Amino acid sequence: MAPLLKLSALIDGLNERVGKAVFWLVLIMALVSAGNAVIRYAFNISSNGFLEIQWYLFAAVFLLASGYTLLKNDHVRIDVISGKFSPRGQAWIDIFGTLFFLLPMVSMVIWLSLPLVAESFRINEMSANAGGLIRWPVKVLLPVGLSLLALQGISELIKRVAFLQGLIDDPNTKHKGPSAEEELAAAIAAAKNKGAA
Amino acid sequence: MEFLIGNMAPLMFGALVIFLLLGYPVAFALAANGLFFGFVGVELGLLQPQLFQALPERIFGIMANDTLLAIPFFTFMGLILERSGMAEDLLDTIGQLFGPIRGGLAYAVIFVGALLAATTGVVAASVISMGLISLPIMLRYGYDKRLASGVIAASGTLAQIIPPSLVLIIMADQLGRSVGDMYKGAFLPGIILTGLYAGYVLLLTIFKPHFAPALPEEARTLFRGVKQARMVTLMIPSLLLIVLAMWLVFDGEGAQGHLAKLIPAIKAASSEQDVVNARSELLILVFAAILGVYLAAIRVIDPVSGQAVLRVNLVLFPPLMLIVLVLGVIAMGVATPTEGGAMGAAGALILAVMRKRLNLKLLKQAMETTGKLSSFVVFILVGSTAFGLVFRAVNGDLWVEHLLTSLPGGQLGFLIVVNILVFVLAFFLDFFELAFIVVPLLGPVAEKLGIDLIWFGVLLGVNMQTSFMHPPFGFALFYLRSVAPSSIKTTDIYWGAIPFVCIQIIMVCLVIFFPGMVSYNDDKAGTQLEQSGEAGGAMDLEALMRQGSGDKGAAKDEGDLLKRLQGDSK
Repeated sequence: MAPLLKLSALIDGLNERVGKAVFWLVLIMALVSAGNAVIRYAFNISSNGFLEIQWYLFAAVFLLASGYTLLKNDHVRIDVISGKFSPRGQAWIDIFGTLFFLLPMVSMVIWLSLPLVAESFRINEMSANAGGLIRWPVKVLLPVGLSLLALQGISELIKRVAFLQGLIDDPNTKHKGPSAEEELAAAIAAAKNKGAA
Repeated sequence: MEFLIGNMAPLMFGALVIFLLLGYPVAFALAANGLFFGFVGVELGLLQPQLFQALPERIFGIMANDTLLAIPFFTFMGLILERSGMAEDLLDTIGQLFGPIRGGLAYAVIFVGALLAATTGVVAASVISMGLISLPIMLRYGYDKRLASGVIAASGTLAQIIPPSLVLIIMADQLGRSVGDMYKGAFLPGIILTGLYAGYVLLLTIFKPHFAPALPEEARTLFRGVKQARMVTLMIPSLLLIVLAMWLVFDGEGAQGHLAKLIPAIKAASSEQDVVNARSELLILVFAAILGVYLAAIRVIDPVSGQAVLRVNLVLFPPLMLIVLVLGVIAMGVATPTEGGAMGAAGALILAVMRKRLNLKLLKQAMETTGKLSSFVVFILVGSTAFGLVFRAVNGDLWVEHLLTSLPGGQLGFLIVVNILVFVLAFFLDFFELAFIVVPLLGPVAEKLGIDLIWFGVLLGVNMQTSFMHPPFGFALFYLRSVAPSSIKTTDIYWGAIPFVCIQIIMVCLVIFFPGMVSYNDDKAGTQLEQSGEAGGAMDLEALMRQGSGDKGAAKDEGDLLKRLQGDSK
């Protein structure tokens, strides 16, 4: 089990880094999109390339961050029933789900998308719009992002099994630090105290 | 075997419910369900294996969907905005302004909730700010606990229905309609709903005055010594100017037409969008200048009240600017809803920098939350696409259609059943799941029954708003619980939400029986960009380009136009 846990830690580290890096694209794409609108309005200049880069960036964000989102256990669940289960029961659900839902779906989409990506690369596929961007860099994001997701699935699987064997703490309830909402609450409380003093 | 082949769609749907209830992430359960039944279908000779080939193509389509980009933009904007201190200032000032009347704090919460809702598209922020700022004051001065918590939770959810709301964007995308039309359609229902909340408070203050007392003299810290009547009188001209400016932004042609009748110096409106926009901008600048002079003048004449009026105006300025930046540019046809979201995000960043609230940690946190939300939302869409692909292939759409069109009562029967269904599902599902799983099943049936899809989307939007208020899982209640003092019991929050859930049901009925309130076609000043684009998920790119090349031709005209305008103003 120890080498597997090492692998899991390695995957976690990889997705942690990818996630943290990719999130900067959120800021960049907001600025690019706002810039597009302002420039079009002010100077009547519009470029398909800059319009397309918006969704290239967005695709990068949601695909490359999918593994990180799984790592942080932030893909939404309907936990009306499962929320009442014991941590062991939930670990079993996650093992089942990873083996029969996540991994088959992800590997199938990767498998199906590879020929399309290869074809796009081979024919040097370009955007149909004048001045548009080359297509394969964005298409390749799909198998790459899903591979990160599959890797994270394997890591989560290892952690659940290790938890059931009593080797590690419950990976579902790991301490996450204060949430964004808690920090907002703290900031408002601090501002209020300052105002009162 | 025969049974299997004949009942694939119902079996698939039943299995979906079980898959989802297992509690594994929805996105993957959905996709797995689709793929599993796809394989069963292929094995049974029902489906062609080539069906799966369509899946990556569909996902590429999702990646290239410009409309979905609005999701991260509005989320990011909301996250930055909630930390910018704007909501706190508004609640403080407006609370003090309305406080001296009975129920005043509750009105302030509703008003600020609606104002924040018109700047951003997400719920969490305003509930937390209100829970921390308004709730303690309401409790200290004797407000009923249930009323106080209910009004805060409900006002926070207004962000779901008042444009620019995320729900409406996703609804437009899923129903294949333009976001701009969806926004226009939701505008009046949003305002009416806000009015219903206020009406409920008014009724309470009449029949149970002790539930929502006026603030006593010692609590009126901000405007101490200001004569209420005098301040209100002084406020009227400034509010009038603001309303005029807003009118020009959202309906330049109509506003200019009416102004021309009143003030002969302003020529009647042109029907050309560019002309209208340029004139509106000029007029807004003039009004802003008059407002500035007015505020400075009353401050000299009556320093105490003048200062108070200035303060209210200053606190209203940032949200109004953001509304112009986000909704205004969409209404004027200057930007797509997606770009409007990006402008709003940029505006929120600027606001946070100006208030010295922005730091690297906050920025990173906002980016991370936005990134994770984008990822899980789009993956639900990917999952529901995989499900929908196979579900349609086994004629599931026909099954649903048959089920829903065989209901007694035609359109009305369908609407009633659908709304009850969504209302009940909203107890368990949040709006992303509802919008991506349920809406695609219902949309085609609604269209077949001759129901206007914009109207249908707004109706479902009002209904889905309850998913935030339903005890015990509603997110607004959950956020409020996390910041409410322990003197408020969780059951108080639950009971407090119930009258507002009832108001929501009343609103759903109103929309059903007065469909005229969802109007979007009569407004010509609408989003040209979008109307020229293909409706639905396809990219607006070509439309933008057509617009762009058209603009180049029109550029000369615009230059002339400016000269003409300047000539006019001389």
